[in-house]
Amino acid sequence: MASETLPRPQAGPPSLPRRASIASWPLVDRAAYVLCWVTGIGLCLIAAAIVLYMFLKGVSYLKLSEFVQSPSPSLHQTQSGGFSDPIIGTLLVTAIGTLLAAPTGVALAAWLSEYGRPAWLARAVESALEMMAGVPSVVLAIFGLLVFSASFLGFLSEKAFNGTVTGQSFIAAGAVMSFLALPLVVASTREALAQLPDRLREASYALGKTRARTIRRVLLPAIRPSIASGVVLGMGRIIGDTAIITLILGATLKNEPANNTPILGALRGTGSTLTSYVYNNSPAGEGNSHEKAYAAAFVLLMIVLALNALVTVLTGGGRPRERRRAGPLAIARWLSWTR
Amino acid sequence: MTRIRPASATRSDERVERTLGALAVAVLVVIGLLVVTVLVKAWPSFSYNGLSWFGSGGDVDTQLRVMREGTPLAGHGPLYFRAWPLVWGTALTTVLAVALALVVSTLAAIFLTEFAPARVRALLEPVIRLLAGVPSVVYGLIGILAIAPWINEHLLDNARKQSVAYVVQLNGENLTTATLILTVMITPIMVAISANALAAVPPSWREGSAALGVNRWRTIWRISLRTARPAIAAATVLATARALGEAVMLAMVSGGRAFAANPLDGLTFLFEPVRPMAAQIFQESEGLTIGPLGHTIYAIGAVLLVSATMLSLAGWAAKQPLKRYGMRA
Amino acid sequence: MPPPVRRIVLERDPYVAPPRSAPPAAAPPAAGSRPRPLPAPVGAVRERMAIESVWLAYGDNWVVRDVTLPVRQGEVLALIGASGSGKTTLLRSLNRLTEVTAGAARAGRITLDGEEIHELEVNDLRRRVSMVFQQPNPFPMSIFDNVAYALVEHPRGGGRRRRRSPELELAVTEALRRAGLHEEVAADLDRSALRLSGGQQQRLCIARALAAEPEVLLLDEPCSALDPISTATIEELIVELRETVAIVIVTHNLQQALRVADHVAFMHLGELVEYGTSEQVFDRPAEQRTRDYVGGVFG
Repeated sequence: MASETLPRPQAGPPSLPRRASIASWPLVDRAAYVLCWVTGIGLCLIAAAIVLYMFLKGVSYLKLSEFVQSPSPSLHQTQSGGFSDPIIGTLLVTAIGTLLAAPTGVALAAWLSEYGRPAWLARAVESALEMMAGVPSVVLAIFGLLVFSASFLGFLSEKAFNGTVTGQSFIAAGAVMSFLALPLVVASTREALAQLPDRLREASYALGKTRARTIRRVLLPAIRPSIASGVVLGMGRIIGDTAIITLILGATLKNEPANNTPILGALRGTGSTLTSYVYNNSPAGEGNSHEKAYAAAFVLLMIVLALNALVTVLTGGGRPRERRRAGPLAIARWLSWTR
Repeated sequence: MTRIRPASATRSDERVERTLGALAVAVLVVIGLLVVTVLVKAWPSFSYNGLSWFGSGGDVDTQLRVMREGTPLAGHGPLYFRAWPLVWGTALTTVLAVALALVVSTLAAIFLTEFAPARVRALLEPVIRLLAGVPSVVYGLIGILAIAPWINEHLLDNARKQSVAYVVQLNGENLTTATLILTVMITPIMVAISANALAAVPPSWREGSAALGVNRWRTIWRISLRTARPAIAAATVLATARALGEAVMLAMVSGGRAFAANPLDGLTFLFEPVRPMAAQIFQESEGLTIGPLGHTIYAIGAVLLVSATMLSLAGWAAKQPLKRYGMRA
Repeated sequence: MPPPVRRIVLERDPYVAPPRSAPPAAAPPAAGSRPRPLPAPVGAVRERMAIESVWLAYGDNWVVRDVTLPVRQGEVLALIGASGSGKTTLLRSLNRLTEVTAGAARAGRITLDGEEIHELEVNDLRRRVSMVFQQPNPFPMSIFDNVAYALVEHPRGGGRRRRRSPELELAVTEALRRAGLHEEVAADLDRSALRLSGGQQQRLCIARALAAEPEVLLLDEPCSALDPISTATIEELIVELRETVAIVIVTHNLQQALRVADHVAFMHLGELVEYGTSEQVFDRPAEQRTRDYVGGVFG
């Protein structure tokens, strides 16, 4: 029998699992270990440098008035106005793009996951979407230009003096942008649908519900966070894209509506977004006012980072949520929403 | 994949299925239209130039200007174009950036999964997400306003600039700046995928290797990396597609001329300007869709589109071994 | 051509009965006693590792309390006991695998050939004290690369560092022979190790552990995932190997302990309840708890 007073355990072996006593490793292995550390810490430093640099430059050049002023061309940077127009432009393009991409993406994902017949069509759509995800946005942009300058689509944009359709409008840009967001929404929704247990579907069909009703009332509400995170990811991609805006909307700084109807006119007109504003004000563009560029870039960065944080929150703090073990009670609760 | 189906399909169900199927067909048609339109509009440029479209001969900027102004060069038709500087610039930036990113991301992924203490790991994950989320125009801005001037001041001296002044102007917007920033842009995707794959290596193998007296690094090198190879290959393909399609950042920092950087120039090669294809398309602002300029731009776009499709196929092929191990990509 | 079927020899002929120091007790042999005595080891029995008053804890949980045991070359030591008795933890502490878990702590002394193992370099120690696990875990490489693994990765391997050098081939062949696998796989050593059957994979793991010529071999329930024929083959191996390597085996299977072990240590809830030769522990257990466990009162 052991003695009554238990001895204290010695701390002898290091109890930290990851402490690698690498002193005895050969030189090459030690060098590799150090390199790994350097790379990891280096990435953190680069990220910190980017954020700090943009923060310092942005805050020093940012004035609250810039949020409400329109850009006006001027040689002096202090008189060239603010970026209220680009912000409105970003909102317009993002809204159009998301409104087009989200329902289409969810519907496509539901079709691929729950119907998917004929099989060749499903495979073709899958491949097309995957190809789409890799296509450069400049190629999308030139395609969009061509399509929207067809005369039968003239109602979506303006007509130039000689009667040709310019094809340059927020609607056009938003429509092309929706193709950027589409693969993200579809992928997010499909993965979430695949992770739903079959029990859910079986229970719903056993109660006599049609597949459409099951999808609409049972499956989609169950994956709302994943759909939301896919949409937000798509929004992030739209907000961050410059190529489509610059190619489709041109190098304008101010928003120029096509006519005077309140919203439709703006949609049919051209303008700028935060991204094209930053580009145009940088030395690469025509404005060459780097103060405005920094300020707008800082605002842009903050928006995108906020969206990223939103996605993290939606997906449960960065860790993918465990599959929902839906017990019989939960299924009954969901099914009670159906009529 | 066995889908659960209801016992009987009602008429409304069939209607919904037909509608959704029509939507799928519509999306497929639009995407198909994209491919067909780009290829059709690009055809005149390819048919006029033949395979020499990819060759070198003359200055790209001049050829494009000539198309814009409508005054053809002597002895050549309006569609005359030699894209070699663009192709070479694309190849250089993409290959160099992907190679660099492969090394960096593998080391970072190993650090993330094996060596990092818990607190550093918790810090590194949002850092990766942050780096992946920064818009390319912000990367470009930092490049053109901070990094390029620094390189211009500290790494380029007048002697080097003079040595090639008769051919090209050297400044901070060059191959090196473009490659470095591009590497930072594509590393996060690769780190995320590689780290996922490394973490999925069965612990029994790592334990077995440790029990045989093999140190952690050699275990990683011979077992974990080997197991994660298919995933790392898939990540590389993804990163290449991303690098290929990057237009804005490269337009801002890769240089003012479509110049075919010459490796035989020695160290100066690193500081020569380049113009990748996507950046070239991005920089055309007017008259993109009409006339010879339109055909040429669409031709460049067609090359990008075909490359992206081939990469998609390669990515699909790279993911197949993953399915054998039962890992989800 | 299928590999040749290995004939399982269950009767050893001739054998030498081990010398008995005292005449056996008058009591008749208990039910379930050894079907045949083990042959005596040919070489001398010498002590390899000494476990002295070892306490092991995970966090605040004492898993092993004050255990003292010798580990000798020339004999097999079996650790038996119910689940949670600490036998696997004790086994893993012998090659310092317990350190990998967070919050592990220990007190006491474990020595290998007189040196305290915590002062040895950990990878050196693990090369001298090798381990085979419950689930066969061959690496995703060829058979040859699997067995050669520890040798190739040895930083001071000298001539063995180059792949496919003659010394390496020799060492691999020898290890496979000792593990009883050579005849079955010699035809194609470059086949993937994952294609072997379960029993063959486990013998491959044993060969892998033997390749670096360890002094002690630790076996953690090596046959629990295998069919009876593979089990019998591996038990034969264990009895042969004990001549050259000290063997410690953890097993749930009392009949297996009967078949292979010279000395048995019965652990319960972290304590060493009884230690003795297998005849003593199985036929004439001193403690009531041992009697209960061996008799199947609890498991």
